[in-house]
Amino acid sequence: MRVKLLMMFLYGYWKRNIIAFFRYIGGLMILLSRTIFWTLVPPFRKRHILQQMGRIGVASFPIVFLISLFTGIVLALQSAYQMQKVAAEIYIASLVALSLTRELGPVLVALIIAGRCGASITAELGTMKVTEQIDALETLSTNPVQYLVVPRFLSLLLMVPLLTIYADFFGIAGGYLIGVGKLNITHSMYLKMTFDPLALKDVATGLIKSVSFAVIICMISCFEGMNAGGGAEGVGKATTSSVVRSFILIIVADCFFTAVFYFLIK
Amino acid sequence: MIELKDICKTFSGVLVLKGLNLTVKTGESLVIIGRSGCGKSVLLKHIIGLMKPDSGSVLMDGVDITKVSGKEINRIRKKFGMLFQSAALFDSLTVFENVGFQLIEYTNKTQAEIKERVAECLSMVGLKGVERFKPAALSGGMKKRVGLARAICMSPEIILFDEPTTGVDPIMGDIINNLIRGLHEKLRITSITVTHDMKSAYKIADRICMIYNRRLVEIGTPEEVQHSRSDFVRQFVTGNANGPLTEK
Ligand SMILES: Nc1ncnc2c1ncn2[C@@H]1O[C@H](COP(=O)(O)OP(=O)(O)OP(=O)(O)O)[C@@H](O)[C@H]1O
Ligand SMILES: [Mg+2]
Repeated sequence: MRVKLLMMFLYGYWKRNIIAFFRYIGGLMILLSRTIFWTLVPPFRKRHILQQMGRIGVASFPIVFLISLFTGIVLALQSAYQMQKVAAEIYIASLVALSLTRELGPVLVALIIAGRCGASITAELGTMKVTEQIDALETLSTNPVQYLVVPRFLSLLLMVPLLTIYADFFGIAGGYLIGVGKLNITHSMYLKMTFDPLALKDVATGLIKSVSFAVIICMISCFEGMNAGGGAEGVGKATTSSVVRSFILIIVADCFFTAVFYFLIK
Repeated sequence: MIELKDICKTFSGVLVLKGLNLTVKTGESLVIIGRSGCGKSVLLKHIIGLMKPDSGSVLMDGVDITKVSGKEINRIRKKFGMLFQSAALFDSLTVFENVGFQLIEYTNKTQAEIKERVAECLSMVGLKGVERFKPAALSGGMKKRVGLARAICMSPEIILFDEPTTGVDPIMGDIINNLIRGLHEKLRITSITVTHDMKSAYKIADRICMIYNRRLVEIGTPEEVQHSRSDFVRQFVTGNANGPLTEK
């Protein structure tokens, strides 16, 4: 009898959660399709897009610079620890270059932007929602998706890959500092070992990943914000779940794309 | 003409409106009264299509606005202006950009023309020289008046006012009453006003209706409402603490 009750409880619990999960994914998909639709409909708000690009791209540059530089340094040092044992320090250059462009650059930038900009987008839209500003936009015959989501979508779509390129570059520079400064690899040798193994597809797959991360960050942060409810507390909750869910989805998507590229592009 | 037919609305299981019917004639000034929390703001949001009824329909010149597409609803909303109870100003924009929002977004007017119109709307609500402030720098009553200026800026055909005189001083309240009455008389605007202030209700209304117990209990001219036979309405309009509305 008890077991049966427990089973029923678990079944109900799971059912509710699974339904909620698919609702959420469906909501994200609907928001994505509406965003793409409204992206193509005039008027195009250049001023808003530029403003968002400044907030998302330019303002994130220092932290992306710092984190990628230090990641490059740490990566070079940690691998030197192993490579020195087999006298293969020279491969540190290739290791740093490949792991940054293929994996660490896109993922680090996505996590930074999700934490820094995704959270602020959710907080801003959430506050607008709970103070009826989004309703007010509608009464002024302005579509909230077009006015609020589209500029953020376009700037994330452009800025996240751009920051990824920056991160790749500064990460490699960090590796260079250690390789040339500390491990006595010559300048020309380090550059040769960096760029020889680096194919266009390494950078390209990294950028494809970062575009998909940009879509994830934008959709989750806007969706959470526009569905916030219940005053300041609700906005706080929405912001937390926006960051957590972005992180989870970014890692899942990263895993997915890495597997796809591994099996498809040899 | 706006017709609401059999509107039912529940919020997480709580019934707020149940089978409400209301017809607003073109060019009339209708005032909605009722106790706090009875669903007046919810009713206004149904009229402009911000909320969808669980059942029933909202007809705007015969078109059911609960069923039209996103683009169509934007076209219909160009006819509306709305003042929110909380003013709902955009706090990332200045007062100028708030009031001139639609002029900036949807017309080809020059900056100078927009400036002139915004200043004109602001002076109608007794404000001057506040264009470059952000809403956060304004007092409650000033926000309300900026919201009012934003609602009337495009000279819409239908304006919904949610408690326009709440939070402003009595003199300003009377100026706003005159403004609403004036818009209505000069421009033949249809206006729907929610208010708790009976004095302003008598002043601006062609007809007054009262919501009680999730539906309309009375609708009529100010005189009819004042001398209503219903005990509920009489208690409300006289503002008496003892009576059938407060018994239980
Ligand atoms: N978004 C919402 N979610 C849940 N419940 C709501 C929502 N909006 C309104 N309600 C409920 O609907 C009822 C009516 O609310 P409404 O804001 O229309 O009251 P009102 O008549 O405008 O009151 P007041 O005169 O105080 O402004 C309230 O009981 C409120 O709890
Ligand atoms: Mg209200």
